Amino acid sequence: MRQSNTYIIVFSLILTAVLGGLLSGVSQVLGPTQKKAQDLDTKKQILGAVMPMDDIKKMESEAILELYSQVITSEVADFRGDLITTNEKGGPMVAEEVNIEKNYKKAAEERQYPIFKYHQPGQADQVEAYIVPVYGAGLWDAIWGFMALETNLESIKGITFGHKGETPGLGARITEAEVQGRFSGKTFVDTNGNVVEMQMIKGENNPQSKLGPHKIDGLSGATLTANGVNDMMNAYYGYYQNYFNKHVRNNATALNQQ
Amino acid sequence: MSTETLEAPVVKEREALLSKRRKKFITDPLNDDNPITVQVLGICSALAVTTQMKPTLVMALSVIFVMIFSNLTISLMRNLVPTRVRIIVQLAVVATLVTLVNEVLKAYAFDMYKELSVFIGLIITNCIVMGRLEAFALGNKPYDSVLDGLGSGLGYSWIILAVAFFREIWGSGKVFGYPVFDAIGFENVALNGLMVSPVGAFIVLGVIIWVQRTKTGYVEH
Repeated sequence: MRQSNTYIIVFSLILTAVLGGLLSGVSQVLGPTQKKAQDLDTKKQILGAVMPMDDIKKMESEAILELYSQVITSEVADFRGDLITTNEKGGPMVAEEVNIEKNYKKAAEERQYPIFKYHQPGQADQVEAYIVPVYGAGLWDAIWGFMALETNLESIKGITFGHKGETPGLGARITEAEVQGRFSGKTFVDTNGNVVEMQMIKGENNPQSKLGPHKIDGLSGATLTANGVNDMMNAYYGYYQNYFNKHVRNNATALNQQ
Repeated sequence: MSTETLEAPVVKEREALLSKRRKKFITDPLNDDNPITVQVLGICSALAVTTQMKPTLVMALSVIFVMIFSNLTISLMRNLVPTRVRIIVQLAVVATLVTLVNEVLKAYAFDMYKELSVFIGLIITNCIVMGRLEAFALGNKPYDSVLDGLGSGLGYSWIILAVAFFREIWGSGKVFGYPVFDAIGFENVALNGLMVSPVGAFIVLGVIIWVQRTKTGYVEH
């Protein structure tokens, strides 16, 4: 009886139904909590680009959300730099809900580009940094991050990285504060005003002579992850130029002329 | 007439909850029959997650959880599982439990989830889990199987925690993320980058196996 084909098939079906039901039930129950945790994590990463991650980690989650709502305003632009105000469902567009990963799979021209503007509490018109998401491929799987640009839109104020499956101790080190700190102050534009590719170079503890305003000390044993970091930073810096030209540089010149 | 008199002679003397035989289920895998150092199973995760103690502890707890409950489930089903598909059934049960762990971590410990989710998924292929299901849970009663799962889980856990302790203290100068050398006043202690890479785990594990086999006199045949 226990060896008959019918028994095996029935047994498998029941087992599948029970286990499947259990899993989908759990996923239903935990879903909202997971979404909250994910939202908090996104906001932590955005804030981490402009303030020390250690300070953020010490805060309670409510305090983080509160701080976030005070110092960050956000909007979403398309590739041409025009603002998008309504989402596909007709509701208001929320920059924090733009799924960078899904957008990454579309062609660059069709993506939605969220922008997070950092300012002191209550002074939304005096932006201190523009934070943009970056996304790309590491060695094993996706890597992403948030890059805060100074108001000159040339140099980096701060950066946070995350990754899906880089090797612990090697590529996964892009999440360390010390590694992310190496990017601060580096710039995408040379003294002549030309855009230069930012580059995390091969090897670690390189002498100062090899580094410079566009070159960052690399990660020993994780050159391919570093290459992925370079590619995504340079690519996304390019994607946001239309937005910067339309909404930041124009306004700045207009203000100067007055 | 009265059912009591009929049943009375059938009642066997119950085995103590932690009889000598059952204690062995827990104590054996800790040393004499340790899954990592003696059976040399589960090496992959022992190398991968042990750079720091905190993720290692989460991994250890997850493996103990999965082992206990997969052993329990399979043992409860042992008389129903068709022999020809038993491996698939074991896999399905283990995979379900692992997914549960992963989902719970995602909801309540998102940072851990980000760091560990790759390896949590790999518990499914952890040879210790499948090995105990096949070798023990399929042929033993539920309570014994739970004890066996707990024992093997603990045996796995203390080894990976020991490896993680040495790797973290030599590789990063910390224990559970706490900078011990700074705290006791030693500054500029030279750290060994080798310990952070998987090679360090091989070395530490090798030394542990060496010490253990010297003490127990175990030899491979």
